[in-house]
This record gives sequence, C-alpha cells and structure tokens, in this order.
Amino acid sequence: MAEYVLILVSTVLVNNIVLARFLGLCPFMGVSRKLETALGMGLATTFVLTLSAVSSELVNTYLLDPLGLGYLRTIAFILVIAAIVQFTEMVVHKTSPVLYNLLGIYLPLITTNCAVLGVALLNVQEQHGFLKSALYGFGAAVGFSLVLVLFAAIRERLAAADVPVPFRGNAIALITAGLMSLAFMGFAGLVRA
Amino acid sequence: MYAPGEKLWHFHGGIRLDGQRELSTGRPLGAVPLSAEFVVPVQQHIGQAGDVLVREGQHVHRGQQLTQVREYIGAPVHAPTSGKVIAIENRPVPHPSGLEGLCVVIEADGRDDWGDARLEPLEDYRALSPGRIRRRVRKCGIVGLGGAAFPTAAKINPLHEQRIHTLVLNGAECEPYITCDDTLLRHHAAEVVEGARILMHTLGGPERCLIAVEEDMPEAYEALREVLGGTSSGSFRLVSIPSIYPTGSEKQLIQVLTGREVPADGLPADIGVVCQNVATARAVYRAVVHGEPLIERIVTVTGRGVSEPGNHLVRIGTPVHEVIAHAGGYVEPVQWLLMGGPMMGVALHDDAVPVVKATNCLLAARRGELRAAGPVLPCIRCGECVRVCPARLLPHELYRLARAAEFDRAQEYDLFDCIECGCCAYVCPSHLPLVHYYRYAKSEIRDLERERQAADRARRRHEFRLERLEREKRERAERLAKKKAAVSHKADPERKKAAVQAAVQRAQARKAARGDTAPTED
Amino acid sequence: MIAVLAAIAALGGLALAFGALLGYASRRFKVEGNPLADQIEHLLPQTQCGQCGFAGCRPYAEAIARGEADINLCPPGGEAVIKALADLLGVEPKPLDESKAAPAEKRVAVIDENTCIGCTLCIQACPVDAILGAAKQMHTVIASECTGCELCIPPCPVECIRMVPVPRGIEDWKWPAPWGPQAPQTAAPPSRAEAA
Repeated sequence: MAEYVLILVSTVLVNNIVLARFLGLCPFMGVSRKLETALGMGLATTFVLTLSAVSSELVNTYLLDPLGLGYLRTIAFILVIAAIVQFTEMVVHKTSPVLYNLLGIYLPLITTNCAVLGVALLNVQEQHGFLKSALYGFGAAVGFSLVLVLFAAIRERLAAADVPVPFRGNAIALITAGLMSLAFMGFAGLVRA
Repeated sequence: MYAPGEKLWHFHGGIRLDGQRELSTGRPLGAVPLSAEFVVPVQQHIGQAGDVLVREGQHVHRGQQLTQVREYIGAPVHAPTSGKVIAIENRPVPHPSGLEGLCVVIEADGRDDWGDARLEPLEDYRALSPGRIRRRVRKCGIVGLGGAAFPTAAKINPLHEQRIHTLVLNGAECEPYITCDDTLLRHHAAEVVEGARILMHTLGGPERCLIAVEEDMPEAYEALREVLGGTSSGSFRLVSIPSIYPTGSEKQLIQVLTGREVPADGLPADIGVVCQNVATARAVYRAVVHGEPLIERIVTVTGRGVSEPGNHLVRIGTPVHEVIAHAGGYVEPVQWLLMGGPMMGVALHDDAVPVVKATNCLLAARRGELRAAGPVLPCIRCGECVRVCPARLLPHELYRLARAAEFDRAQEYDLFDCIECGCCAYVCPSHLPLVHYYRYAKSEIRDLERERQAADRARRRHEFRLERLEREKRERAERLAKKKAAVSHKADPERKKAAVQAAVQRAQARKAARGDTAPTED
Repeated sequence: MIAVLAAIAALGGLALAFGALLGYASRRFKVEGNPLADQIEHLLPQTQCGQCGFAGCRPYAEAIARGEADINLCPPGGEAVIKALADLLGVEPKPLDESKAAPAEKRVAVIDENTCIGCTLCIQACPVDAILGAAKQMHTVIASECTGCELCIPPCPVECIRMVPVPRGIEDWKWPAPWGPQAPQTAAPPSRAEAA
C-alpha cells in the first residue's frame, strides 16, 4: 500500500515529469496561454497517458516479451499511443468542439509527447507490474496536469502585467518555467529512496 | 436578543476620514435669492426622462409640471419659480462627460407665484391607500436626495413577496464636507419624522423605523430626540452609529443596523428593508401634506475655495455660479469645483451648470486643500485595498482585469457590486486611480452589451429579410406555375375540339333562331 | 525466419486490432455540422457590410471555422471582435488588416428627401431592411436600425444618400481609459461663468 502512495507522490511532486525529468515540454509551452485550454489538455493527456501506460504494459508482457520482440518495443508503443490519441481526438471532437478547436494541433501532437512514450518505456525499465504501471502513468499525468495548470495561471497574469519589452512573450514564460523547476526541486528528498 | 437599534454590527473595511463639518455648519441656514434664469434639465434621475409638456413662450407657475413620464422608473420635473419658458434646448448639465442635456429654460417673472400648481393637501394620509400616496410622490417628482436620485415612488413599492419589516432613515452623512442632511435635521426634524410616518404607512406598516445619524452629528441627534421625545418612540428608534466612511451607503448602513447583508444582485427590499434619505422623507412630507412638488433642496456650499461656506436652500435649476456668489464667491486659486464630496463627487467643467435634484454639495477646493494625486506606480499587491473595501471585493484583481480588458472575468469578480466609494484608491500606496478603472470597465461592459443587442437585432432583421426574399420568390414561382397550368389546360387538343364543336353548334343555333333562309355555301 | 514472421505478425496484428477499434470509434463519434461557425457568428457585429470580402457575417463566420479566413478582417467589429475571436479559437489576437479602413465613429445613412425619386433600388440593397418606402413613394432610412454598412449608396441613381456621424450623447457616453492621453488626470479648474 505504502509503495503505491509513494509512486503517486514521487511522480506528481518529486520526480515531476515536466519540471524534474523535462519531458513533455512542447504542450507545456504551447497550450498554457489560457487556463481552460490547459485544464482540457491536462485531462486529455491524463486519459491518454493512463490508457497508454496500461496498454503498453499489456502489449509488452503478453506479445513482445513472449515472442522475444523486445527490439520492436519503441515502434509497437508508438503504434499503441497513436491509436489511443486518435481515439481521444474523436471523443473530444464529439463531446466538446470548443475544446477541440482550442487545442488545435496539440491534441494529435500528444502522440509525439515524449512524456507518454517515456512513461511507457520507464515502466518496462523499472519492471513495474500491471497495477504499478497504471499508477505510474496516472501519477505522471496528474503531475503534468498540475504543472500545466499552474503555469497557465501564471502566464495569464503575465499577459496583463507590465513586462519589460525584451522579456515579453516566450522569454518571460521560459524564465517562469525555470523558476518553477527550481521551486519543485524543493521536493527532492521528500521520498526516501 | 437585542431590540432593534440597540446592537450595532460592523461592515467590512471602511476608513476613518476627517469630516470637515465645522467648515460649513458655523453659519445659519441661508437661502439663495431667485435667479433671473433657471435651467431645469429634464433628466435629473435614474430612469426615463419624460416628454416635455410645455412650449416655448408658455407661462408657467411655480411648481408647474414640466415633463410627463410614462415609464415606471422615472420622475417628472417641475418649474422652480413662475415665469416664461424661453427655450427648450440642450444646455450644459452636471455630468462627468461635460456634455449637454435637454433643459427647460425659464425666465423668472419675479412674482414666484404658485398659481394652481400646488396639489391638494392630503393631511389625513392614514385614510388613503398606499397606491394613492405613491401616485402623489411620483407626481411631485420625488427622487432619492442622498445623491443617487432614484425615483422614490418605485422604491416604496415593494413586490408582493417582499414583506418589509424595517424602514431605515439614512441621516448618516459619511462623506467629508457634506452637511446638508445635518442642517436639515437641525432645522426640520419634525417634518422628517412626519415624512417617515407617511413612508411607514405607504410600506404597509413595517415593524420598526430606524433613524440613523453619525456620532459626529450631536446637534442633529438632539433635534431628533426632542421631536421623538426620547431615543425611541413607538416603532421609531434613533440610533447613533460610528463615523466610518462609507457607512452612509445604503447596503453598508443596513448591515450596521441589522447585521444582514443585502445579497449581491439584490435589493434591500429582498431582505425586508427599505432605506430612504432624511431629505427624501421630508420631501415626501411636503408633497403629501402640503402638495408641494420637489423644486428646492438644501445644498452645502463648502471648501476653502469659497469665502463663506455654509448651507443654503436652493431652487432646482439655479446656476452653480450664483450659488457660489451667494456664498461669498471664490477664494482663489480654486483647483476643483466638485458636485458632491471629495470621495465620490463629480468634477464640474464649468460653473454655468444648474443645481439639480442630486446636488447635495458644491465643494470648491483650493489648491492644496485636497490630497494631490501622486505619481502612479505599479501595483505591489500589498492588499491594503482588500482590507478597506466595504463591498468585500478584490480591488487589485479588478484593476488587473480592467487593465487587461478581461471584462467577463471582471464580472465574475463582482465588478458591478462596487459602489465606487473610493476607499481603495484612498489607501493605495502606489496612488493608482482605482475607481477610474472600475468606471471604465463598467461603461465598456455596458457599451459592449448595447452593441451586442444591436448586432442581434441586425442579425434577426437580416435573417427575416432573407426569408422574405425566399417567400417572395416562392410566391412568384407558384403564381407562374398556376398561370402556366391554366394556359396549357386551355391548349389541350381534346378540349380544343370540344370547344370548337360547341362554338359551331352555338352558331348554327343562332342561325336557326334567326330563321335563316340565306343559302349556305357548299 | 520464424522470428521475422513472428515480428511482422505481431505488429500487423496490433495494427489490425487498433485499426478496427478506430474504425468503429470514427463511426460512433461522428460529428455533424459545424457548431463552431455558429459561435463565431454570434461574436460578429452583424452589419452585413461585406468589408471582410465575404457576402455577409454568416459566410465570414463559416470561412473562419473552416480555417480559410483570418480573424482580423472585420472593420466594424474592430479590436473587440478580433480579441473575442482570438479567445474563442485559442490564437493570438492581431491588429486589423491594413487593407481595411477602420471607421472612427458610428455613421448612419440619410436620404435627401428633395432628391429622392422613389426607385426602391436602395431598399433592395439594404441587408437589414432599414429603409422604409415603396415605388414612387418617399424613401427614409430608419436611423435606429441602420448599421452603417454603406451598401445603399452605390445603387442610388441620383446620389441622394450620404453618411452622417452619430456622436455619443449623454446616454451612451463612456468613461475614457484611465491611461493614455485622455485619462482623467488632474482636470483643469472649472471655467467660470461671466459675472451676472
């Protein structure tokens, strides 16, 4: 039990997938201009990440490993992830056309989100079982969503603030991201190895 | 359980200000002599303006009704003196824009004659229905004299579901420099109380009437105590409340006296309370018992920019410069001429504008008298503004959102609950003109709403036009089809043959009838 | 050899399985129509003037929804509409297209009744039916419904229509922005009336 809680805390705060492992930076910078968009993106990524972590683990355990096709892991995982993302895109388009248009190109780009592939590969590397993989994927996604929402809130305030001209736009955003990363370093040591 | 009026509550925030009352209460109540020309704006209140009833060249009596309003929220205006209407045109009016409004300009004839304009005195008002009294209040053009100028007849007409249990009489003059209500209470407390009795009757007999005056108005308190014969008399309770600005604001006053908050988007009547200014109550008394429409009010003329500050009885429509002249004239250098107080007053662009029903004070501030606006610095989010806001809003957030033109978010932060009291701007260490930001945001939102409605109307008209053209095209096509069918129907060969046959038969029959012996051609 | 075939089969099997799933999903979650165009149209000012290059506000909205038109082509809407469209679509707001002249203030059409010949050509041109009249009868513009689109001016054979500005009166006056040149800073002292 404690182990599962540990996985959650570790993936959300200590080894945050964006601010500590620096994966998934593309949507982090690209979808964080408005709070509603960021929230929508976070939810979509959570759905995709959890599902793909689980599916990748299953595909690895029951298809690739028994047949000794370990070398096909990357391409097989990408296949799984792409299919799941495509499915998610259809669901979002149907249920919320506004969110679909707001996310724009970033929705299908979840396929190339290194966080998703990264989590799937890490699960194999750490030899997590089914449940731990699911939790790991879910925790990473929650961490991603948390940081995305925080960043979006800060960027909204920055948009209305008096930023010096050389710093406007992406410059101040990157500086903010760096400061957030520094802040999250404070969580290091929270979970005893 | 506390009896009403004995326990006092606090409202959030507020600031203590130096009242500057001594400046204008030292002299006895004066009266500005009649002007040669009176300019009476047709719009002096919240609501609809009304149609002008009089014509150019027409003679009017003192108190004669000049406009007629059809809408529910609106009030007529009356002639302040007898004379001739010399013009009905746009003239400068006291408005922050400095723009002009439609006015009835009257040249006084010097006789100041009521003629038949006074209405029938209704001394025995208790025998009358509330509706009858409301009609009288409306006909006399009574509006809230505390500064908001809301038509009183609509305010004392609660909805069926709103059971009114408390009438609050607002004598809490919280804004510095203004002492007109103080002066009114010192001189006419009896008429104010009688007006309150009339209001109690009109509201269907609430359980109690709370008359509130501030702690720093002891003479007014005494005058009322004398009239009532004590601090409480029957359902009347006299209450002295701490002088914290803006305790005289309706919602804050109700919270201090009853502990209950008027809901956002709601009215005091929703929690069973009606609040009226003491001057309004007195105006109701004069209207009902004496039949006098609202044509004059007490105006405080104050500030170190006038020579003899004091309170004066002024006819509505008197030009401001004449009122100043009666108070001894300007003491230069005058930096501001405000209609109202230093916190919420409107800066007048020129002093030819007339005194209107909402003019409670004319403040001529000499250079250096009022705190200068400092250099504007960035907001440091110190939170002082949040600490003092009586409406419990987040002024720094509203400032940020107004500046970024995020008006929808600003409304989510309850922008329209702001009473524009100025407490936040007063305490801001960065000297931000916060109230200007809120006014700007509010007027932008109202403007956008107007444009949205106009765009909706235009879209509906456009869609209707497209439908109309479609319909006309369809009808034309139908008509054409019908005509074609009729023509082709005629060209049917069988029918043609039959028709020809019938014609031949008819011709032969005619021949036979004529007894035709002419030989037929072979 | 077997290994290669196994690999191909494994990947092929995966691909087929997911393909089937997606095929089913695409039918189940099919989206009809274009609700986005309705939302865009709601934001446009409905002057139906055609200055954007499209035949009215609805066609422009549909073009934006399809991604064929940019959001900064509407002069009557101005900055407010561009910002609203940018918010809705999640793109950066940009300034009004330089080829479109932005009108300074609202203007309405006025027909010179002395010159009007009653030909009804302007009535047919008005997209919101804001002109009252009939053949050989006097034509008048209903000022409160006129959107200022100026489509009635070209058809008039006697050039009797002109645009007049409608300045803001006290009823629709707006507080100026508290920054910039017209900010209400320390106002000038009031002007004094001449002594009577």
